[in-house]
Amino acid sequence: MLLTPRLIGFLAVVGIALLVARFESQFNAYYFQIIIYIGINIILATSLNLVNGYAGQFSLGHAGFMAVGAYTSAVITSTMHLGSGVLSAVVFPFALAIGGLVAAICGILVGIPTLRLKGDYLAIMTLGFGEIIRVIIQNLGFVGGARGFTGIAKLTNFFWVFATVGLVVFMLSNLVRSTYGKGFLAVRDDEIAAEAMGINTTRYKVIAFVAGAFFAGLAGGLYAHFVTYINPSQFSFVKSIEMVVMVIIGGMGRNVGVIMAAIVLTILPEALRSIAQYRMVIYSLALVIIMIARPQGLFGDGRWGKRLWVAGRRISKRFSAG
Amino acid sequence: MSEFIQQVINGISLGSIYALIALGYTMVYGILRFINFAHSDIFMVGAFVGYYLTPTIVSICGGNLLLAGPIVMVLTMITCSVLGVTIERLAYRPLRSRPTLTVLITAIGVSFFLEYGGQLVFGPDPKPFPELISRVTLIDEGGVVVTSTPLIVVGTAVVLMLLLRWVVQSTKTGTAMRALSFNMQAARLMGINIDRVVAFTFVLGSSLAAAASLLYATVYPSINPLMGVFPGLKAFVAAVLGGIGNLAGAFLGGLIIGLTETFVTGYISSTYRDAIAFGILILILLFRPTGLLGKQETEKV
Repeated sequence: MLLTPRLIGFLAVVGIALLVARFESQFNAYYFQIIIYIGINIILATSLNLVNGYAGQFSLGHAGFMAVGAYTSAVITSTMHLGSGVLSAVVFPFALAIGGLVAAICGILVGIPTLRLKGDYLAIMTLGFGEIIRVIIQNLGFVGGARGFTGIAKLTNFFWVFATVGLVVFMLSNLVRSTYGKGFLAVRDDEIAAEAMGINTTRYKVIAFVAGAFFAGLAGGLYAHFVTYINPSQFSFVKSIEMVVMVIIGGMGRNVGVIMAAIVLTILPEALRSIAQYRMVIYSLALVIIMIARPQGLFGDGRWGKRLWVAGRRISKRFSAG
Repeated sequence: MSEFIQQVINGISLGSIYALIALGYTMVYGILRFINFAHSDIFMVGAFVGYYLTPTIVSICGGNLLLAGPIVMVLTMITCSVLGVTIERLAYRPLRSRPTLTVLITAIGVSFFLEYGGQLVFGPDPKPFPELISRVTLIDEGGVVVTSTPLIVVGTAVVLMLLLRWVVQSTKTGTAMRALSFNMQAARLMGINIDRVVAFTFVLGSSLAAAASLLYATVYPSINPLMGVFPGLKAFVAAVLGGIGNLAGAFLGGLIIGLTETFVTGYISSTYRDAIAFGILILILLFRPTGLLGKQETEKV
């Protein structure tokens, strides 16, 4: 198998996650929580970026898929009464994966009818579906309905979050470089031209949407097993908007920028606790100003990561030649 | 049977409020081709303007609600128009030639700004809306209670809609609005001042939303900064149901949504109340995306 830079990056992230996880108990609980949220938000933002940024299908219902993943995996681990034993370390990733899969199935059900629509209509339909998912969960008795789902085992730890982050970013960056990725970009840039070139636009849109839903489901599972209590109102469309803000500020279709934005926008509210009530006002104002002044996002063209890599290679080459 | 009649009356009254809001969505969409998400929050601001103005105006009018009501309504309409035009000028006009997605995100941003700004300014807790229209029981027979409120709501809505129809169909600016919705470039070449006509569209839409907010707050007298979200979404669904860009369609759509909602709440369950509108939207967009009265539009390359 080819050892591509992306694969090396992925393995490095998993390695570091394993290493850091050994010292998990020594962390300050508050900082640790923020770090976990950063990881979950990176998964959510990059997966939404696949849909909104790369495939150009503006979705406002991402929190709905997160909810599906959260509830599904929580139901699985709760019915199996997992503690913190060895068994849970084996079952937990399966529960997460099943949560992701169920979210992906919901993604198919939502995506096939809605993705024929464009722009505004798509946005409001995904918003509608996100809300419908929430209302349905609210009316499901066996997951606690509106009261919420309590007593979820605390299985999420540093390793699982960052191994998933590594995996998601690795898969996404491979996906967008594949034939599919080119298809997404073609659909985004000019749907009619893409159709004329023989690209099955609906198929590509649904694939992007379903992949996004799957990863959002994973993030939901990680979230549920970290906070140990979930209720439907945590997954309202305000949550979706938060993810959209990360994608927009990072720059649509630029994973590096979106990751940066997810990190900054998770830390920022914590750092600005004293003015917490202004948070959403600032977010919304930022959205408007960025759209008017800098629609490509705040974090440059997202190429500086690559430039750094190229520069590093040149230097290392010079050393090895010298 | 009596319950049925009661539901019909409530449904029509709620539906005509949705229709008034829907007109604002439909006019902006007809001309600029984007969903003005902030419209629902202009509606919310209208209710708060009414909340703060009513006591003063009522005491100036010596407690005469028949006199105070229209004055409050006109003042609220003016305030909301100013807000609507300001939003258009600051947020939407700089983006007029940009892709729809950019404008859409901006509209969502403006909407959230008004909602959370509203929570800071007005406070997040619900406030009781003062009595602006006196409630007189007209009929109380066989379980059917008809008060003056739904009559005034429907009456005001119909008068405003007829007024709007006259403005759009018979005035020079209204003709310009229709020209813009056909073809903005051609309208510009005919010497129409696009910016002014768009601003006028926002004046019309926002003042209708303001009027709707006062009627809504009279029917449901508890207002809060997030009160616009669901009426706004339902009114938007009404606009799509009737055929977006079509004024008569917005009216028809509003009535259908209002009636469906009251019947679902009354006969099935109130927990599904807010999901119903989305269900209807999904069905229309699947089977008749142009709406009931909309025209088929072909996609041009």
